[in-house]
Amino acid sequence: MTDPRELYQQVILEHNKKPRNFGRLEPCTHRADGHNPLCGDRLELTLWVKDGVVEDVKFQGQGCAIDVASASLMTTAIKGKPLAEVERLGEQFRAMVRGELDPGRQPHDLGKLSMFQGVKDLPVRVKCAVLPWATLHSALQGEAIASTE
Amino acid sequence: MTGPLDVARIREDFPILTTPFKGKRLVYLDSAVSGQMPRPVVERMGRYAQLEHTNVHRGVSTLSQEATDRFEEAREKVRRLVNAPSARQIVWTRGTTEALNLVAQSFGRPRVHAGDEILLSAMEHHANIVPWQLLAQERGARIRVIPMDDDGELILDAIPGLITDRTRILGLTHVSNALGTVNPVKEITALAHARGVPVVVDGAQAVPHLKVDLQDLDCDFYAFSGHKMSGPTGIGALFGKAEHLEAMPPWQGGGNMILSVTWEKTTYMPFPGKFEAGTPAIAATIGLGASVDYLEGIGFDRIAAHEHGLLVYATEALEAIPGLRILGKAREKAAVISFVMEGIHPHDIGSILDHEGIVVRAGHHCAQPVMERFGVPATTRASLAYFNTEEDVDALVAAVLKVKEIFG
Repeated sequence: MTDPRELYQQVILEHNKKPRNFGRLEPCTHRADGHNPLCGDRLELTLWVKDGVVEDVKFQGQGCAIDVASASLMTTAIKGKPLAEVERLGEQFRAMVRGELDPGRQPHDLGKLSMFQGVKDLPVRVKCAVLPWATLHSALQGEAIASTE
Repeated sequence: MTGPLDVARIREDFPILTTPFKGKRLVYLDSAVSGQMPRPVVERMGRYAQLEHTNVHRGVSTLSQEATDRFEEAREKVRRLVNAPSARQIVWTRGTTEALNLVAQSFGRPRVHAGDEILLSAMEHHANIVPWQLLAQERGARIRVIPMDDDGELILDAIPGLITDRTRILGLTHVSNALGTVNPVKEITALAHARGVPVVVDGAQAVPHLKVDLQDLDCDFYAFSGHKMSGPTGIGALFGKAEHLEAMPPWQGGGNMILSVTWEKTTYMPFPGKFEAGTPAIAATIGLGASVDYLEGIGFDRIAAHEHGLLVYATEALEAIPGLRILGKAREKAAVISFVMEGIHPHDIGSILDHEGIVVRAGHHCAQPVMERFGVPATTRASLAYFNTEEDVDALVAAVLKVKEIFG
């Protein structure tokens, strides 16, 4: 079992305390609610997408440190990025927390997001880290609700 | 029985507590989720499976007769445990949830009509909410709620005003799984009966920890689960007053619950048989009987005294931690401690405790309305049993301090 200190690194704790892009975009082009029925975590994601680029994004809700920091870091990572790139980041993130992509050995574009790799050793927490990405996926697909179940 | 518990001796009956788990001493503080089974219970089920098994209530073989006898002996043990008037009033179910669904469907459905009301307490587990919501939706009835105060005690003064001439059933938990509150079931039952309203009690968290006397409580139904009382999963019991069980229609049909079947007409067994369609969980039922023997062997007075001592010890130690707040401060309280920590989500607490080998529940405890009442999404809950020690509590406190250290 990974020592929790490896997961709860300063950057994650800091994003949990002071989440970036917190709030709601009004108006927005895309939105979705995400919830994790197991633990009751909830978040709302709103996006402004123009010409295939995420021009702005905000989230709000309540959740554990993993969930909130993941959402916060996700918004900073996708802001200003074309949708194809956003989609690729999501795929890489999911692969990483499921232990299918080792950011230390394989090529990736995850940057700071790679600090969530420790989640793979906490299977019950994978859903917390993935919830913002699942919600993003739903929002971009035009689905209103995302669930990690 | 007098004198304190010999906990060291008791712990030897629980290999899970004495075997290192991933290299650490396992600190099991999650008995409200599911208790652990002592060796005599496991061995009793093993003996049944290996040497005594066949179906019950079938045929003339000696093997079947003896299996039936053991199965029915368990019913008598459970009757004695909760002081029901007759073993026939103990209906086997899969657990508390199935027992409450049985009451909702078989007793509730014929009584509840459009515009009627079902009164539930604010601290019910989902198992005593959702079956009633399903019924209310089907019948066009509505759910009303007995409120609780900030200490997690029901506001008894509110009850007479909430009982109307449309109230058909009052549902109440004996002990709150989320807060530990022990509700005054006898008093509330008397209030309801004065207005002709029957009372259905969820006893899942009460039976393992305190001596339940159903004739004294006088409630109409009482449901509980084997796995919360040192027994196996998959078996539970529903007590019902005889006049209700007599009048209620069967809930599920099949073998075992009939006297005779023709294409024209089927005659059902008298209760409890008519509520027990199909082959039951025989080994689990006999195991439940063994768990009753085990708990009575220790003695409920001693269990209650030991757990209360731990509750006081743990409450004091946890409350001394700055930023930690305990939810549920009822005067009568079982050994359940739900807490929140400022700025730290319960799942993060749970993960760090898990790494320390401490098993607690982090979440909404299947009691989301309770979480909403206290304005929190979830809590961390430590629930104590007779096999826990002050050393377990010390480990919890040390791990909580580590959480604080990590989160700064």
